[in-house]
Amino acid sequence: MVTDIVTAGVHNSVSAHAPDARAPHFRARADAEATAGLNCEPDARAARAWEAAASVCDPEIPVLTIADLGVLREVAVDGDRVTVTITPTYSGCPAMDAIRDDILLALADAGFGQVDVRLTLAPAWTTDWMTDAGKRKLAAYGIAPPTGRAAAGPVKLALAVKCPRCGSLQTREVTRFGSTSCKALYECGACLEPFDHFKVH
Amino acid sequence: MTDPVVERGAADAQAKRDDAHGEVTVDEVVLSAELAGDDAAVASPDVAEYALWLGDDALILAQQLGGWIANAPELEEDVALANIALDLLGHARSLLRYAGTADGRTEDDLAYWRDEPEFRCAWLFQQPNGDFAQTIARQLIAATYQFELYRALADSRDATLGAVAAKAVKEVDYHRDHAVQWTLRLAGGTDESRRRMIRALAEVWPYVDELFRDEPLIDRLEGVAVRPSALRPAFDEVIAAVFAEAELEVPEGFVSSGGGRHGRHFSTLGYLLAEMQVLARQHPGATW
Repeated sequence: MVTDIVTAGVHNSVSAHAPDARAPHFRARADAEATAGLNCEPDARAARAWEAAASVCDPEIPVLTIADLGVLREVAVDGDRVTVTITPTYSGCPAMDAIRDDILLALADAGFGQVDVRLTLAPAWTTDWMTDAGKRKLAAYGIAPPTGRAAAGPVKLALAVKCPRCGSLQTREVTRFGSTSCKALYECGACLEPFDHFKVH
Repeated sequence: MTDPVVERGAADAQAKRDDAHGEVTVDEVVLSAELAGDDAAVASPDVAEYALWLGDDALILAQQLGGWIANAPELEEDVALANIALDLLGHARSLLRYAGTADGRTEDDLAYWRDEPEFRCAWLFQQPNGDFAQTIARQLIAATYQFELYRALADSRDATLGAVAAKAVKEVDYHRDHAVQWTLRLAGGTDESRRRMIRALAEVWPYVDELFRDEPLIDRLEGVAVRPSALRPAFDEVIAAVFAEAELEVPEGFVSSGGGRHGRHFSTLGYLLAEMQVLARQHPGATW
């Protein structure tokens, strides 16, 4: 039995296949390009399944795909059966319902009938998995992207958050808990506009 | 083998779009595993009991914090407490689902269809919201305890408990910071806010001790569960640092008997459960 797996980040069962954790969708494309000329159907199908799943957008932040967010972890194709593995951003994230349904629809549209969506908690999601493209899209949408890496250690160091409207670094946190679990509310001291900041997590 | 996707005609593809769920299989296991992690193995009765301890703590605290929605002193706090409650509910769902694997019950069975003596939450989590200071005092203790607990539990020999804990600890870190910031503000604010903070700490402090009590179950789960008494030094250290900054003192007074881990509960739990469970019991199987 041949199982073709396209994966994001570190995953125990497929660590030998693990690509650059920061850009899982680039890996999928590289796979697709590498196999296109080799008439290697299973690989091409795995790449197509990944592309379909990776096209699903976050229902709360529609400019970001679940691949941009690092929520999409793995797409495995075994014959006609596709198993998509996703991970929640925060434990209580209510968007996972909608994301699961959207994955089923996207894969059905791409011609995959037998689809399982499974959810994994480990390794725990971090904003370090967000792609650079995702960060640029967030800023263009008006949400300040996460700055720096998730801190390890007891001392919290926060980089200044840049206002996505005017670019000023003269901003302040109004409240750490914003409109969704993953965002905090900020205010710009230069243009005086409030804005959301995607927290480093 | 030919590719069935390529062979499929345009009409077929259109039919598939019209009936997107036609061939899609979503079995019940996948649905009930949602948000909980499908990697979960089946819990042994002892591990299930331990998951109930932690899951019930999180569930009851989440339900309590939900009571602040539309009632908090300012809009930002409304949102903050609701966010914290949502995280806790996520932890509770993962833990209760895992506990249920031991005897075939779902997370909803456990949340809505158990009666008071079947719950395993410690008394701290059953303390009423009180005024805002009392909620903050309860949060300070709860989040400081849970932070140390989940940090240690992330190394559990039980992979499912370890995964839930590794995720939870990052979130509880925010909860602890929130409680610490408010403790400092209330203690260093006006005479009235300071008076209330001191009163609130005295009110909830009797219930700290129960959190760190070892039980026979813990002996049977060496390497899987975290020994509660082992968390006490780290808890005391964090609290001492916060209290030094806030110029507060550790309250002295009686230590509550507790009993939550054995199904003996504080007087508030029955009322809380009645409100939490009424809809599920009046309309079994209701969905929305």
